[in-house]
Amino acid sequence: MPRIALFISQRLVKAVFVVLAIAVFNFFLVHAAPGDPAAVMAGEAGAADAQFVEQLRQQFGLDRPLYEQLGTYMSKVVQADLGYSYRQQRPVFDLLMDRLPVTLSLTLTAFVLALLGGVALGTLAAMRAGTWSDTAITVVGLTAYATPIFWIGLMLILLFSVNLGWLPAFGTETIGAGYTGWDAFLDKAKHLVLPVTTLGLFYMAVYTRLTRASILEVRDMDFVKTARAKGLPEWRIVSVHILRNAILPVITVAGFQAGHLIGGSILIETVFALPGIGRLAFEAVLQRDYQVLLGIFLLTSVVVVIFNLLTDLIYSLVDPRIEVAP
Amino acid sequence: MTAAAITPARKGSGFWGAFARNKGAVIGLVFLALVVLMAVFADLLYPASPWDMTAMPFQPPLSEDALLGSDTLGRDIASGIAHGARVSLLIGLTSTAVAVLIGVFLGAVSGFYGGRVDDLVMRFTELFQTIPNFVLAVVLVAIFTPSLTSIVLAIAIVSWPPLARLARGEFMSLRSREFVHAAVTTGQSNLTIIWRQILPNSLSPIIVSASLMVATAILLESSLSFLGLGDPNLMSWGYMVGAARTVIRQAWWMSFFPGIAILLTVLALNLVGEGLNDALNPKLARKGRS
Repeated sequence: MPRIALFISQRLVKAVFVVLAIAVFNFFLVHAAPGDPAAVMAGEAGAADAQFVEQLRQQFGLDRPLYEQLGTYMSKVVQADLGYSYRQQRPVFDLLMDRLPVTLSLTLTAFVLALLGGVALGTLAAMRAGTWSDTAITVVGLTAYATPIFWIGLMLILLFSVNLGWLPAFGTETIGAGYTGWDAFLDKAKHLVLPVTTLGLFYMAVYTRLTRASILEVRDMDFVKTARAKGLPEWRIVSVHILRNAILPVITVAGFQAGHLIGGSILIETVFALPGIGRLAFEAVLQRDYQVLLGIFLLTSVVVVIFNLLTDLIYSLVDPRIEVAP
Repeated sequence: MTAAAITPARKGSGFWGAFARNKGAVIGLVFLALVVLMAVFADLLYPASPWDMTAMPFQPPLSEDALLGSDTLGRDIASGIAHGARVSLLIGLTSTAVAVLIGVFLGAVSGFYGGRVDDLVMRFTELFQTIPNFVLAVVLVAIFTPSLTSIVLAIAIVSWPPLARLARGEFMSLRSREFVHAAVTTGQSNLTIIWRQILPNSLSPIIVSASLMVATAILLESSLSFLGLGDPNLMSWGYMVGAARTVIRQAWWMSFFPGIAILLTVLALNLVGEGLNDALNPKLARKGRS
């Protein structure tokens, strides 16, 4: 256990470093942006006379030297103060917290389903390498890998809600239906089916490819031959002997891709009109609300870092040989 | 792997032989050539600006003045696709070129010098790999206002890390090879060794990743312009899908065809990338046997 504890604590230190680095990066982005931040803020607040701009500049310390401003900014970030959105008339942090649950439920469900489906399909394809089922899985995977996810979303809406009328296309629940208890849950789940499928499909293709390649590497190794020679049933050989060894690179990549999933949710939430962080990002882009955009960037980075920590933890559980990775 | 890649047939040797053995890659290359031709001759095929109203709005496909239908403002979808090919290819290629420059430079320095430099560069690379890259691209383009330059740079900035890792690995393993030691002994400068000795020998995996990266870059560009972060002066496939999003119930063709254009182009690029992999990295290709 101490080895795992050491491993995790090292990763924690790294995670904190990453978040701080991103905060610094954010700070410089605001200052590199064309236009004076005070003028931009004044514009957002709806007034732009010189006196007001000057007042803002003093109020936000923009007349101070850069390093001092950085210090102030960082101490605010540490206290979860991400600035104020004049467009929405609310602190950025509150806005983000309101929207986070939707995004998390979308991305986490999509991630888990994509991983399970990808590993299952990849295993199937690899164990039947060269047969028609392998070819079919590979071709579908290749296509899913090349399709823009926002377009998959639109096409699924077209098929399942416009033409077939099976599933709702927009929002998180039926407005005004007044469902309670189990019905309310079912209604919400129904609304998540299309977004989750859309987001999950692309990553399922990625994980399928990886699992297939990884299993092809492992399946002819000596320990697999030994297991087979011992007469173990095939499902045991696949699940215990092959998969446990083949899954490590898949977990590594899956962890790395957490960030991509969050990015993908911007597109998905825009297509399906879900009130999450991604939709907030889209609105912030339209309104050029930089404070909110930078807040989203920081928050999603934090989510990714936490996610990476979790995958590290899973990794260390799956692979008992775990050494402190470079 | 396709059946063609499995058979270690001896017929057809050299680069083209190996490439042509992968049927998917050949199909991809042909399709890609068509897209390039469409982009080059877009002005001849559709002389009118793709932003101009040339038909009645909401014309379905196969109507008289618009083969693939017209959009909400009467713009020809087919013309948009032809002109949009330019933007996709241009941004895909240039942003990949920039990403290759950044990635290979950092990877080469890191792998060649090792030690502290390597540590520093790799921490930096990891930082960029952790950052949710699409979110960063959105933030960069939004803050620096959408234009061809800002889009290309944003895509390059979020795409270089895998190339840096790849180049680093290549440089590290080639660094200790005899021909490099020989070059050191003959007194060649580090720069010459990196540029003349190691780089040419590590080129094939870099070319393969770069070809796949063009596909990713095109997807990224389409996603950005879907969100309204495309260059406002250039018609692009992602923009067309984004603009037609709200009328999907009434007019499927407005978002269907541009999406198909993205899908097929990206698919073709991926197939070509795999073919290049078979042709340039025969050892790797054989690994994925049966």
